Amino acid sequence: MSPVHYARCFNGILRREALRFLQQRERFVAALVRPLVWLLIFAAGFRSVLGVSIVPPYETYILYEVYITPGLIGMIQLFNGMQSSLSMVYDREMGSMKTLLVSPLPRWYLLLCKLLAGTFVSILQVYTFLAVAWFFEIDAPLYGYIALMPALVLTGMMLGALGLLLSSLIRQLENFAGVMNFVIFPMFFLSSALYPVWRLRESSPLLADIAMFNPFTHAVETIRFAFAGQINWESLIVSASVLVVFITLAIIGYNPARGTLSRKAGGPA
Amino acid sequence: MHGTRSETMNVLEVEDLAYSFGRNFALRDVTFVVAAGSFSVLLGPNGAGKTTLMSLITRLYDSREGKIRIDGYDLRTQTSQALSRTGVVFQQPTLDLDLTVRQNLYYHASLHGMSRRQTTERINEELNRLEMLERAGEKVRNLNGGHRRRMEIARALLHQPRFLLLDEPTVGLDVPSRQAIVNHVHALCRTSDIAVLWATHLIDEVFDDDRIIVLHEGRIPAQGTVTKVNRVAGGQTIAESFNRLTGRVSE
Repeated sequence: MSPVHYARCFNGILRREALRFLQQRERFVAALVRPLVWLLIFAAGFRSVLGVSIVPPYETYILYEVYITPGLIGMIQLFNGMQSSLSMVYDREMGSMKTLLVSPLPRWYLLLCKLLAGTFVSILQVYTFLAVAWFFEIDAPLYGYIALMPALVLTGMMLGALGLLLSSLIRQLENFAGVMNFVIFPMFFLSSALYPVWRLRESSPLLADIAMFNPFTHAVETIRFAFAGQINWESLIVSASVLVVFITLAIIGYNPARGTLSRKAGGPA
Repeated sequence: MHGTRSETMNVLEVEDLAYSFGRNFALRDVTFVVAAGSFSVLLGPNGAGKTTLMSLITRLYDSREGKIRIDGYDLRTQTSQALSRTGVVFQQPTLDLDLTVRQNLYYHASLHGMSRRQTTERINEELNRLEMLERAGEKVRNLNGGHRRRMEIARALLHQPRFLLLDEPTVGLDVPSRQAIVNHVHALCRTSDIAVLWATHLIDEVFDDDRIIVLHEGRIPAQGTVTKVNRVAGGQTIAESFNRLTGRVSE
């Protein structure tokens, strides 16, 4: 297998993911409506309740809508990462995972391609969301939109890798609701997506500490600073390190010798 | 590349293979070969270990006990070479229903690193053979169960494997579609030098000149030609032999 074969494989996986995304209009609409509901309804209602003082990277007082936009971008990627990775292990989709894994290319490469393709889809979702949000006066300088791109690749990969890792570890996931309750909600609420961590600390230092250990907080802060055209090195380094750890563990999880797939099958069939 | 390819007339060689789920043995002492260009039926009742065996041959699972060689390549150390010579049709449908026939086939070809030009040629060849070329632009959702299965077989053949593996490919099909698929794959095997391993629990999918590997409770009680299996089991027909070997009451 030469580099050309590798490139063709990546191209094929990316194309499939993009085609599926465009075909599944409901998923696209859901991915768009979810953050918009938060932005246009939740944020409007809480604007007066949750005053946000000046926190970096912002230099002035900002509207609550502006504050939660990076958090909602993170939410889009979190949902997408869970959906694209975890959907593979559900019975309905298990077949497509098998089809992928019997390719002659190395398994780590196939999983990496799958992750990148899923991230690409999440980036499409994010920019569509931002285009709609722009009409509601949520905007950033042009370089913010450009700087956001590499940040989204990093955070999208990290959250996708988390989904992949969970799919290799958890034997039974009855449905997506379980993932919502035990992964998405805690990660989302225990982060800086909806309120700054210092604000959380006022009510509970413990929760604030947990939020600082939550990789999602660092994903959101990476996105927040990038969108403002700045870099938060701490969050960037944490996100990158977590990405490496998650990917490594996910690849180990999908090693046939470890038998994740066979444990999932639950015995002889 | 690790080691070298061993010269052989057998496309698949399985040697002393064992596998267990925790403390439960799923397979034990499994040894058999599939000769080049032959049609072999892996015949076993539900729960005999067919899917486990198929998963080991496609390296979805890995076993440290025993050896699997595909076209002379060791599956564990020469995985890429071995898998590139294998075509697989899984028991569950694995086509993307919302994509067109052609898009599904392109995706598969890309997983094997095939070029766009070569892929287009091969897709046209395979669809022509199925007389389905004019449906290439249709969504898979619009095809009936039998046609979907044929598409999956065509897909497994795109990269021109030496060896085609099918895990209960007729599950969920009506009788005429089932018969058509059975005939189609037998014909494929005859006309295009490809070895087939067909897993099933249905006796009537066996042709008289097929080779049979009976799998029961993770072991192989008999294998060979229909005549040989009948002799070993002491049955008059393959159905009777199968029932005797698997402890079922003769109907």
